[in-house]
Amino acid sequence: MQSNIKHAISHVARLGQKGCDALESLGRAGVFLAQSAVGVPSREGWSLWLRQVHFVGVLSLAIVLVSGLFIGMVLALQGYTILVDFGAEQALGQMVALSLLRELAPVVAALLFAGRAGSALTAEIGLMKATEQLTSMEMIGVDPLRRVVAPRLWAGFVALPILTVGFSVVGIWGGYLVGVEWLGVFEGSYWSNMQASVSFVDDIGNGIIKSLVFAVVVTWIAVFQGYDLVPTSEGISRATTRTVVYSSLAVLGLDFVLTAVMFGGL
Amino acid sequence: MKRSKTMEFGVGLFMLAGILGLVFLGLRVSGMTLSTSSDTFRLEASFSNIGSLKPRARVTMAGVTVGRVEAIELDTEWYDARVVLSLDSDLEGQLSQDTTAAILTAGLLGEQYIGLSVGGAPEVLEEGDVIRDTQSALVLEELIQQFVSNMVTN
Repeated sequence: MQSNIKHAISHVARLGQKGCDALESLGRAGVFLAQSAVGVPSREGWSLWLRQVHFVGVLSLAIVLVSGLFIGMVLALQGYTILVDFGAEQALGQMVALSLLRELAPVVAALLFAGRAGSALTAEIGLMKATEQLTSMEMIGVDPLRRVVAPRLWAGFVALPILTVGFSVVGIWGGYLVGVEWLGVFEGSYWSNMQASVSFVDDIGNGIIKSLVFAVVVTWIAVFQGYDLVPTSEGISRATTRTVVYSSLAVLGLDFVLTAVMFGGL
Repeated sequence: MKRSKTMEFGVGLFMLAGILGLVFLGLRVSGMTLSTSSDTFRLEASFSNIGSLKPRARVTMAGVTVGRVEAIELDTEWYDARVVLSLDSDLEGQLSQDTTAAILTAGLLGEQYIGLSVGGAPEVLEEGDVIRDTQSALVLEELIQQFVSNMVTN
């Protein structure tokens, strides 16, 4: 009887410990972001940043653009089969552009970015930690937050919005290919319906704000998971998985909140 | 060092592509024109019922788009809707004072827009003037109600 109670209490205690751990980890992540994102970049930091933009941005272009093309094409195909029932296939351009600009481009680009660049960032920084490169940097007086983390963070902040814009452009072009060239929607109404309904500030601007938020969240999670992992091979693999899982969930959850605020009339 | 140069070039190209993409979205997709807002002038029109007219709806004249609805608000003095229209500045001083504005519907289920038709008076509308002669939106329920009550009285 008594051992049962003891057992139950130890369970509750462990639950509380887990909660405290999670809160602590969140606090560490916050301090980590604040410490590494501020600070004036030196001339050397500039070239480090450039290298990271090349890695997370330029090298992610291919996957993002190809996905954007196919998503735009599928949207046009699906939209056409639905709209043609109402005799409203002229509204195809409007449908493709609005769904890409408001939702699909920021979200899908962020998910791809998390898978393509986020996981690599975690693994890279994690391996640096496991092989004690970060500690050696500290020993020779180089701050790893500024040298390793800050360029990667800022590269992510810049790269993802640009990738999102590329995704939208290619997606709208893909919708044009399928809708106009293949299914025979009148070209003039494809563009004019789009232009009549898309607003630069409300649709394009809000989409870019979304992708900025996602960029901060995804890069932050990726870099922090790498910096904070258990420095073993298993720890690295777990942290890489966590990066993709956490950032996908965060992107989708935040997307709902942002959509409710931006377009839900809140 | 050569590698770093090509990388810098690549990153520059990447950012340029981002800016060009944004310009494409602005001009081609959202239909922004480079002309400034000073190229429009504003008129007001009061309707007793605007139906489902929305801000940014088209304002047409003989079917040609000449402007858009800028704002819709309730006039608490007369309890009707005050609609602010912004029209191409080419039309300033061209519309006669007895121009009429009607809320029309594009197709059976389409969006609502405002159609203007010119009158014959010699005086013209200027910036900020009010269009007096307006025709409200057709509300389907009211039409049906009228139809049914007519049938009953007959």
